[in-house]
Amino acid sequence: MSATTETGTERRHPNSSPLRRFVVNNRAAIGTLGVFIVMMGIFIVANPQVFLSWPLYSSVLVTLPVALFLVVPLVFVVTVGEIDLSFPATMGFAAWVFALLVQAGINPFLAILAAIGTGLVLGAFVGAIVVYAGLSSLIATLGMNYMLRGLIMIITEGKSIALLGLRDSTAYQVFSSSIGSVPVQIFWALAFVVFSIFLYNRHRFGARVHAVGDNPDSAAQMGIDVQRIRIATFMYMGLGAALAGCFSVMINFTWWPTTGDGYLLPALASVFVGGTPAWGGIGTIAGGALGALIISFIQSGIISAGLTGFYVQFFNGLIIVLALLGHRWNQARYR
Amino acid sequence: MAERLIELRDVKKSYGSVFALGGVDLHVDRGEVVGLLGDNGAGKSTLIKILAGVVKPTHGDILVRGQKVHNWNGARSRDAGIETVFQDRALAVQQTIVRNIFMGREIADRFGFLHTRKEHEEAERLMREIGFTSKVFTPDSIVGQLSGGERQGVAIARAIYNKADLIVLDEPTTALSLTETEKVFRFVRAVRASGRSILFIGHNIHHVYDIADRFVVLDRGRVALKTTKAEVGSAEKLIDFMEHVAHPKGVTSFDPTAAAETRP
Repeated sequence: MSATTETGTERRHPNSSPLRRFVVNNRAAIGTLGVFIVMMGIFIVANPQVFLSWPLYSSVLVTLPVALFLVVPLVFVVTVGEIDLSFPATMGFAAWVFALLVQAGINPFLAILAAIGTGLVLGAFVGAIVVYAGLSSLIATLGMNYMLRGLIMIITEGKSIALLGLRDSTAYQVFSSSIGSVPVQIFWALAFVVFSIFLYNRHRFGARVHAVGDNPDSAAQMGIDVQRIRIATFMYMGLGAALAGCFSVMINFTWWPTTGDGYLLPALASVFVGGTPAWGGIGTIAGGALGALIISFIQSGIISAGLTGFYVQFFNGLIIVLALLGHRWNQARYR
Repeated sequence: MAERLIELRDVKKSYGSVFALGGVDLHVDRGEVVGLLGDNGAGKSTLIKILAGVVKPTHGDILVRGQKVHNWNGARSRDAGIETVFQDRALAVQQTIVRNIFMGREIADRFGFLHTRKEHEEAERLMREIGFTSKVFTPDSIVGQLSGGERQGVAIARAIYNKADLIVLDEPTTALSLTETEKVFRFVRAVRASGRSILFIGHNIHHVYDIADRFVVLDRGRVALKTTKAEVGSAEKLIDFMEHVAHPKGVTSFDPTAAAETRP
């Protein structure tokens, strides 16, 4: 801990210029941006042909939005001092509701609303179990993930749902078509990121998420309903998972019983690579979004750089560990 | 006589057959600093937890501005204008001073979005009011960067924002150096000058003697002495008396029953 005391009058105000204040307040996100730029620089040098042409970026922009809908709410959950490993199953479950309704001929817009409702209910359920029973969220949500996924498997017997008709719907035009060669869903995902940044930093809810994650005793003494805030972060996670699920189905025109499964570890890694520490109380949404960008590029980057697929896992892990070390060095820890 | 802010009458607390408090009378008037002294296990923390509404007394009355309050609890305590600054766990150290001051009572529009500029100005005003200013930190500084005395300042500024009339400070100077203690005293004096009251809990008699107007000494769950600074005259005499309380064989220079005030 570095204690600052009133020593010299000539000492400058630490937060005097707005630029400096911005840098200090966003040092984690800026550090993540640095990691991203260095990584992309290496990739460009290794294979300029692939990394200076559009198709690679276009393919990342197709899948990145789904990851963003998961990573951003996960930052809220981690900041409040919990973890959620059940979001892949929530995503699959909410997407399933969406797919079933669309298959039954319901307007996709209404189906999305129903999926969001499903996500919120599942999030509230998971959160309530963790909070009211005082369970470890790490274990309880892992259990919930298996249970929900198992439920999907039992009922569908592993069968997927193809929704080729989606292509003709207005919802598809609005949410997952392309403008030129830019997939539309990236704009929705960015809107979600920007909204979440304001919710996290400039809204009462975000302020209370920080307070509860930092010092729940103090927050409770100040009249904050600590349990309600914790459950609300799980609900926000459910909302994000539902949106991720709907987008995933609209991009692929198919719902698989495994929808969401592959996102568990990449989404978690993105949060921490982005600069949100695991101990709660602080975090960064923009950093998390950049973390998702980094994780998305690693795989395609390593293949394009001329290495075989066998290297992907190794470099995935290397980037995660290096990023954590960087953040540890970059950020002072006060607890 | 100054307005009687809060009064405890014959408050008892027992855990099973063990008495933590055995009939305590205590009052705080407007604009005074009352020092609550006592050894570990004397019942100080039980008493302040009762005041904060965290612990329910098993017997006795609590009066706010002369009115008896029934079903005393945390919310009633806050409504009565009592804010307790618990040692060590009062602040969220990774957050800014602003976020700590407005914790749970954010200044926001009706959609819940924060008026950060208004909060910033209000925080500066509160900090100025208690003399909590510095060239090295602003309302946007992280609390974890502040010294122990400065952290008490944040907690006190928050209490004032929350319209507290009585601020209960639980061992605010116990872990602090001399200069840091002096900072806390400066805040306490500013709070008293503004007409608010402070209940200052400590076991360092010198600290408490320097800052308080009146003293209440607890011993094994009972009030052993009530006296004023004018009556005792010096910290040494207060210490002298407390030693007699601890070793009752010696003759006390203060008769507790004589020093204790009669009820109004």
